[in-house]
Amino acid sequence: MRIAGLIVKRLFYAAALVLAVLVLNFLLIQLAPGDPADFIAGQMGGVTQEILESIRKDYGLDRPLLEQLWIYLKRAATGDLGYSYYFNSPVVTLVVSRIPATILLILSATVIALVLGTWMGVMAARRPESWFSSLLTVFALVGYSAPAFWTGMMLIILLASVIPIFPVSGMYDITLKTGPLGHAVDVAHHLVLPSLTLGIIYIAQYARLSRASMLEVLSADYVRTARAKGLSERVVVFKHALRNAILPVITVTGLHFGHLLSGAVLVESVFNWPGLGTLAYDSILRRDYTTILGLLFFASLMVVAANLVTDLCYRLADPRIKSSRG
Amino acid sequence: MQAKSRTAIVLAAAVGGAMMLASAAPALAQTPKRGGTLVIGYHDTPPHLNPGVQSGLALQFPGSQLFASPLTMDDKWQPKPYLAESWQSSADGLSLTLKLRKDAKFHDGKPITSADVAFSIEVIKKTHPFKPMFGPVTSVETPDAHTAVIRFSAPHPAALVALSTPALCPIMPKHVYGDILKDLAAARKHPANRAPVGSGPFKLVEFKPGEHVIFERFDGFFLKGKPYLDRVIIKYNKDPNSLALGLERGDIHLRPYDNHARILKRLGAKPHLVLTKKGHEGAGPLAWLAFNLKHPILKDKRVRHAIAMAIDKDFIIKKLHSGYSTRAYGPLAIGSPFEDKSPQKFDLDLAKANKMLDEAGHKRGADGTRFKIRLDTLLSQRDVAEYLKPQLKKVGIDVELRIPPDLPTWMRWVGGHEFDMTMDVVFTWGDPVIGVHRTYLTSNIRKGLIWSNTQSYSNAEADKLMAAGSKEMDAAKRKAIYLQFQKRITDDMPVHFMYSPPYHLIYNKKVQNPPLTVWGIIAPLHEVWLKD
Repeated sequence: MRIAGLIVKRLFYAAALVLAVLVLNFLLIQLAPGDPADFIAGQMGGVTQEILESIRKDYGLDRPLLEQLWIYLKRAATGDLGYSYYFNSPVVTLVVSRIPATILLILSATVIALVLGTWMGVMAARRPESWFSSLLTVFALVGYSAPAFWTGMMLIILLASVIPIFPVSGMYDITLKTGPLGHAVDVAHHLVLPSLTLGIIYIAQYARLSRASMLEVLSADYVRTARAKGLSERVVVFKHALRNAILPVITVTGLHFGHLLSGAVLVESVFNWPGLGTLAYDSILRRDYTTILGLLFFASLMVVAANLVTDLCYRLADPRIKSSRG
Repeated sequence: MQAKSRTAIVLAAAVGGAMMLASAAPALAQTPKRGGTLVIGYHDTPPHLNPGVQSGLALQFPGSQLFASPLTMDDKWQPKPYLAESWQSSADGLSLTLKLRKDAKFHDGKPITSADVAFSIEVIKKTHPFKPMFGPVTSVETPDAHTAVIRFSAPHPAALVALSTPALCPIMPKHVYGDILKDLAAARKHPANRAPVGSGPFKLVEFKPGEHVIFERFDGFFLKGKPYLDRVIIKYNKDPNSLALGLERGDIHLRPYDNHARILKRLGAKPHLVLTKKGHEGAGPLAWLAFNLKHPILKDKRVRHAIAMAIDKDFIIKKLHSGYSTRAYGPLAIGSPFEDKSPQKFDLDLAKANKMLDEAGHKRGADGTRFKIRLDTLLSQRDVAEYLKPQLKKVGIDVELRIPPDLPTWMRWVGGHEFDMTMDVVFTWGDPVIGVHRTYLTSNIRKGLIWSNTQSYSNAEADKLMAAGSKEMDAAKRKAIYLQFQKRITDDMPVHFMYSPPYHLIYNKKVQNPPLTVWGIIAPLHEVWLKD
């Protein structure tokens, strides 16, 4: 019951947040000089005044700003996020068609980062003075400092050009004619470099975080008690210590969802991954306002949902929260 | 004597060998092979695939595979039959009769008739940005299903160029588009634009904007036995380096309109790739420095000439573009049949430039500066703009660079005439009427419209020459008119022509009969085949 109440409360906050995001983004975009009609005219190689006016009228760009905002909000409330100026398609259709690719990329990167990062952190915490621990510190520093687009390009050069074992870009090979299994393998093959690029930053962070957390937990009384009971080191570390040590990692993972989404814009652009990131990049360059707004709307929904899920996971992982109010 | 006879033997052997080689040549020519998938890499995704309602290379080259035009053009600017078997201009130049093939049909199996030609020309006239293409068309008569008579208000020699590529004149199925003409906006948003029913050599399988377009051979294509390829795939990737890597690895067979000098240099060294400038003559790109003639300093022709002579075009071409761009001198693109072969050149001459600026009354101040001026640039020409700043400083001109964050911003500045000087790249589209006049006609000074006469250039003689050139049906007389026009424009210098951008077509040696006509990639690919 408490969880249901929490969800309702969070959903209410989320609706207010999403509305604020819509209004703010709509107004901010209008501050930029030039409008989509200019861009369409440019793409057409210049147009007559008549065509330019017909474009502005067609997309409602000739109306006062507040009227445009009101119309947009009314339509958004009914699930209509407008029509893409550039892609000639309803924004909802466009965005929904790109969500699976981005979710796949983000989840793969998150899984890679969580599993590898946590494992590395635990290993380093078990022997804090070892060479592995020092190596982890260096890796964490480099992984966190290197921009995703640079890491991506380096991986392309190394693993798609010098040692050409992975594809340069895209999500699958359209020249291949295979069945569903072959297609899944092909997608997985294409997914390696982008998910690794996006994941590296977070591997470094999670490794450092779990290392610090594990160091603290491993010196706790209950761990000493567990060892004194004669439990194996594996059980002590992975069953007793890690469950507590992973709590900060779970919290940060939820918070990172928004960052992952923005990181995906860069990584998708580098690898031409057909997700929300490349759509955002294309739309920003083309002043495709309705698509940009639609993307921001969906992105805010996804971030809110991810935070809600994190809250729930946190409660499941930590019985103290489950039994307390909050 | 022995020496003489030896020479005679050698000569006889050489002649004999040459004759044998010549006779063997046809046998050596390879027979086109059917099948295979041609993969094209391109950097820009199109909004849809119908070039009849919108311009832009990104949609013109896929559109040219889906649609057919009445004619095509070879690499010597000669029109060739395509959908039309023959064409005949009337003696007074006021009509053009097209005789269509009787066996041509659309991808949905419906026959192509003269009504489709009339419909398409009307749609293009009303919706396409290149108004002069069919501006003088008063009507298209359809005396029978396979004859279309295009009537003009005045002789219109540019019509043949306009009809010579599906990129400019795709014949659209009237039965699919229906009453599209009732609403201009509806024409651009018609669902058939994203899934066109054309009559070109390939039909659409899938279009995923930003990802790819897949075409497959249209077995009912009106040129029997063609196209040779089973499929054509266009892969989109904004990153030119990834496209280059695709060419190196063999994932991509053909890459049109690459203009990155470093990439061209890198790919030029690959033995399995060919780089060529051919195939860009029709689109005719020109890079120039445009002047706002309303500017109190720039309205003086001597200042413009001085600026032109202060710029080292050879440096731009050889150093900035590694020799991949080509020097341009006038308003007509390199390779145009009207091109002035003995143009007025504004080569680097700093002493003369300084003298002219002195004479124009712009003496150097204490700090050596004569005046300050703003230079805008497209992002793609930023390197040239950055070179111009220190270069013009040498003649005392202090250049303030204004780099726009994106294209719409630059378009707003220049289209709104809110600029002093700007770098620009403009396409000239085959005939001067279609893509050249727009920059210089007094009647085309339209604030708010990009790629109109944004320089505010106005010259009665130039206007008269353009009016005469647009109506002159005699090729020799027309050429003479445009020679005069080029000399007028080059000297008046509303823009300073600098170079033709380093656009290259890059293709794998497996690609046979690559698209090298004047329209290059924006022509149908029915002759292309892949060698094993």
